[in-house]
Amino acid sequence: MSGMDDSSPASPEVMLTFYRRLYPFKSIFNWLNHEHTPTRLFTHREFAFTLQGDVYLRYNSFATADELKKLVCQLNPTRFEIGPIYTTRPKDKKTVRAGAFNAVQRELVFDIDMTDYDPIRTCCSGADICNRCWAFISAAVHVIDQGIREQFGYEHLLWVYSGRRGIHLWISDKEAMELTDDQRKAIVGWMTVIHGGKESSKKLSIRLNSRSLPPSLKSALDHLAAIFSDLILADQNCFGSEEGYETLLQQVPDSRIVGDLRKKWQKDPTRSSEDKWMDLKEEIKKMDKGTPQRVALTLALEDIIFNYTYPRLDAEVSKHRNHLLKAPFCVHPKTGRVCVPVDPERIDEFKPDRVPTVGQLLRELDTVGKAEGEVEEHHSDWEKTSLKPYVDMLDKHALRLMDEVRRSKREMVDTSW
Amino acid sequence: MFKGADRKSTINDRASPQVSNHGTLLYPYRLNFYDTPPMYDVTVEEFEIYALDRLRILAEIESSRARQRSWEELKAVTSTQCTKYLPLNATSATSVDRDSERRKDHLGHFVLRLAFCRSEELRRRFVEAELTLFKVRYESDGYSERESFLSSRNFNWIPLKYRTELFGSYQGPKSEPERMESFESERFYKVKWSRVPDLVQKRKVFLKGGWAYVPGREQSSIVFQEFQVQLEKALEVTARSLPRLDEDTRIIPILNNLSQGFLAGVPSDWGVAGREAMGDDIKAEMVDELAQKHFPLCMRTLHENLRKDHHLKHFGRLQYGLFLKVLGLPIEEAILFWRRSFSRITDDKFNKEYKYNIRHSYGLEGKRANYAAKSKSLHLDLLIMGAHIGIIQ
Ligand SMILES: [Zn+2]
Repeated sequence: MSGMDDSSPASPEVMLTFYRRLYPFKSIFNWLNHEHTPTRLFTHREFAFTLQGDVYLRYNSFATADELKKLVCQLNPTRFEIGPIYTTRPKDKKTVRAGAFNAVQRELVFDIDMTDYDPIRTCCSGADICNRCWAFISAAVHVIDQGIREQFGYEHLLWVYSGRRGIHLWISDKEAMELTDDQRKAIVGWMTVIHGGKESSKKLSIRLNSRSLPPSLKSALDHLAAIFSDLILADQNCFGSEEGYETLLQQVPDSRIVGDLRKKWQKDPTRSSEDKWMDLKEEIKKMDKGTPQRVALTLALEDIIFNYTYPRLDAEVSKHRNHLLKAPFCVHPKTGRVCVPVDPERIDEFKPDRVPTVGQLLRELDTVGKAEGEVEEHHSDWEKTSLKPYVDMLDKHALRLMDEVRRSKREMVDTSW
Repeated sequence: MFKGADRKSTINDRASPQVSNHGTLLYPYRLNFYDTPPMYDVTVEEFEIYALDRLRILAEIESSRARQRSWEELKAVTSTQCTKYLPLNATSATSVDRDSERRKDHLGHFVLRLAFCRSEELRRRFVEAELTLFKVRYESDGYSERESFLSSRNFNWIPLKYRTELFGSYQGPKSEPERMESFESERFYKVKWSRVPDLVQKRKVFLKGGWAYVPGREQSSIVFQEFQVQLEKALEVTARSLPRLDEDTRIIPILNNLSQGFLAGVPSDWGVAGREAMGDDIKAEMVDELAQKHFPLCMRTLHENLRKDHHLKHFGRLQYGLFLKVLGLPIEEAILFWRRSFSRITDDKFNKEYKYNIRHSYGLEGKRANYAAKSKSLHLDLLIMGAHIGIIQ
C-alpha cells in the first residue's frame, strides 16, 4: 500500500484490498435484508457494477452476503449500486416473460447534491466542496429528516455521505419500501419547494390562498431563518457582490424600494450582506402595517429565505422504484473517500474532509499489521481502522430494522392463536 | 373470481332481490365499485353488445385525453356517449328500468376486464379510462344518492371534527373570515397518506405521522384513489387466473387488434375501409388463389384446413368468415363459398345450422347490427376467455 499517491486515490489494487479486507458486506446484507437469513429483500435485489473502464453490469443478484463479496472481489468494480427487489431474481431475468419481471419494493431514497447549490454558494463551484458549503447540505438534512419523520412517520432513515459533494438518504420502513412510483412522486412533490435550474429568483408557489404557508413549511421556515442569517448573510455573504445583490433585488416586488436600495448599495460596495438584508427589512417596516404592499413584501422575504436555504432535491432519483443508487461504503473514485453513514443529529459537526479515504484506511491496516506481526487477513479488519465508528452506525441501524421485523413477526403469531 | 362453485348460489340471489332502502332494486346505487363479478347467465348477444358499447365510451375517453380536451369538455362528450350507449339513470328515475341499465354497466365492465387484464400497458389504459368514467358519473351523481353510496361501503377513513392544527393547511375561500367559517363546518377524514398521493403532492392536506387529514371537499380523492387501487389489484388477479394465453396463437392477433381498436376508438367502418382497399368485389372462386398469394399465415392455415377437412370448427369458422367479410367477399358470395366448402353436408343442414350465422355476421340476422370484423373479433376473443373462466358455458 505504500505506493499510494494522491493522483490515483483508488487504484485497482487498492480497491481489491479494500473489498477483501474492509468492505462491511455482512452489515450491508443485514441492512438490506432486515433479517439474518436471506429473504427476497436480498436474494431478489438488483446489484449493478461499474467496472474499470466504465463497463456497466446490471441485473446481478446474490443468495448470500458471501456470494456478493465473492463476485465483488472477482470483478473489482470501481463502485456498485443497489436497486429494487424484483418479482424474480434479477440474474434470472432472461428466463421469465418481460411482463413478469417487475420491481416490487425498494427503499425510498433521496439525493441532495451540492452542484444544485451553485447559483447560491460563493465559496466553491462545480465538483468542489468545502466545510463551509457543507452547511447547505446540513440545512437540507435537518429539513428532510424532520419532515420525513414527523409528517410521514418513517423511522428507519439512513443518511450516507456520497463521497464527494452530496448526501443520500435511504428509508427502509416497510411501508416506504412498498410505495408505488406515484406515491414516491407525491412525497417528492410535498418536499419540493425549489424546482431546480438557474432561476433561483423564480416565484415560489408554496402558499395556500396565495397567503399562508402550509404548516410543514412554516415549521421548516423557523429553522431556515436561522440558517439564512448564519450561512447566507454572514458566511457566504451572498449579497456582497453586485451580481449577488441584483439577484436579491429581483425578488423584491416593489420597484421604488428596489431603486432606492440599488442606489444606496452602489455607493457602498463593501456593505455586507447582513447590512443589506437589514436595509431591506427597514424599508418594509416603514410601510403601514396590513397594507397589501407590506404583506406582499413580507411574503417575499420568506420566499427569499426558502430560495436560499430550502433543500434542493434531485427529484428523479426519488420518483422511481427501480432507480439504482450507489451502495454505502463504496469509494468515490475521484476523492478516494468512503461513502460513510452520517448521523443526522450531528450533521452540523460532520466534516467531509475528515472522512477516511481508502488510502488512509489501508495505511492504518499496515500499521496494525506490523504491530501484530502480519496475521492472516480476516473479515472484520475494519474494526482496526477509523472505518469502525461508521460500520457501527450501520450495524445499529440494521439492528433496529431487524428488531422491528422480529417484533412484527411475533405479533403475527400471537394474533393467530 | 368467477369460480364455478359460486355460481349456483348467486343465481338464487337474483331471484330473491336484495333488501335495501331503495325498494327492490338489485343494484341500489348508480355508482359501482365492481367488487363482485356477474354470477348470472349471460346470453352471447348481451356479452358482445355490452362490451362493445362500453368500449365505445372508453375509447371516446381515451381520444378525449389524446386531444387534450378540458375536463368539462370531456365530461360533456362522455355523458353524451353514455346517454347513447350506456345510460345510467338516477335511482329516483322510477320510470326507467334502472336495474337493467346497471346490469349492463356491471356486465360490460367485467367483460372488458377480461380483455384488458393481459398486459401492463393495457391494464394501465383500462384503469385510466374506467377511472375517468367513474369520475364523470361521480360528479353527475345526486348528492344524497352519492352519500348513501359512500356510506354503503367501508372506505376505512376516520371521520373527524375540525381541529385547530388543521386550519393552517386548510384552503377554502380566499377571505380569512370566510375561510374560518367554512373550516368550522368542514368534516375531515383521516387516512394513511399513501391513499391520497394526489393531495399530498400538491400539499393540500395536513400530514402527521403518516396520516393525512383530508377535508370534506377533497373527499373524492380518497374515493377515486380507492377505485383505482382496487381495479388495479383486481386486474392483476384476473390476469393471473387466466390460463396462459401466450401459447394460443389464435388469440394474440385478436388481442393486438383489440388494443388498437381501443386506441383508435372502435371504428365501425373498419370493414368498409378494408373493402375499399381491395378494389372490386371478390368472388367465391377467387378465395383459393387469394389465400395462397396474399393471406396472412394464420388465415392461410385456416383455409388449408377447410380444404383438407371440408369443415372448420366453430371458432375457426367465425374467424375466417369475418376475415373474408373484411376482405370484401359479399354476402351472396360468402354463402356460396361456405356451401361449396362444406361439401360433405346436406343443403338442409347447411341452411339450418350455418347459413344463419353467416348472415348474422353480415348483420342480416339477429339484431341486424353490422359489426365490423374487428369488433367481432373482440366478441370472439371475449367469448373464448369467458369460456375459459367459466362465466359463459
Ligand atoms: Zn465551499
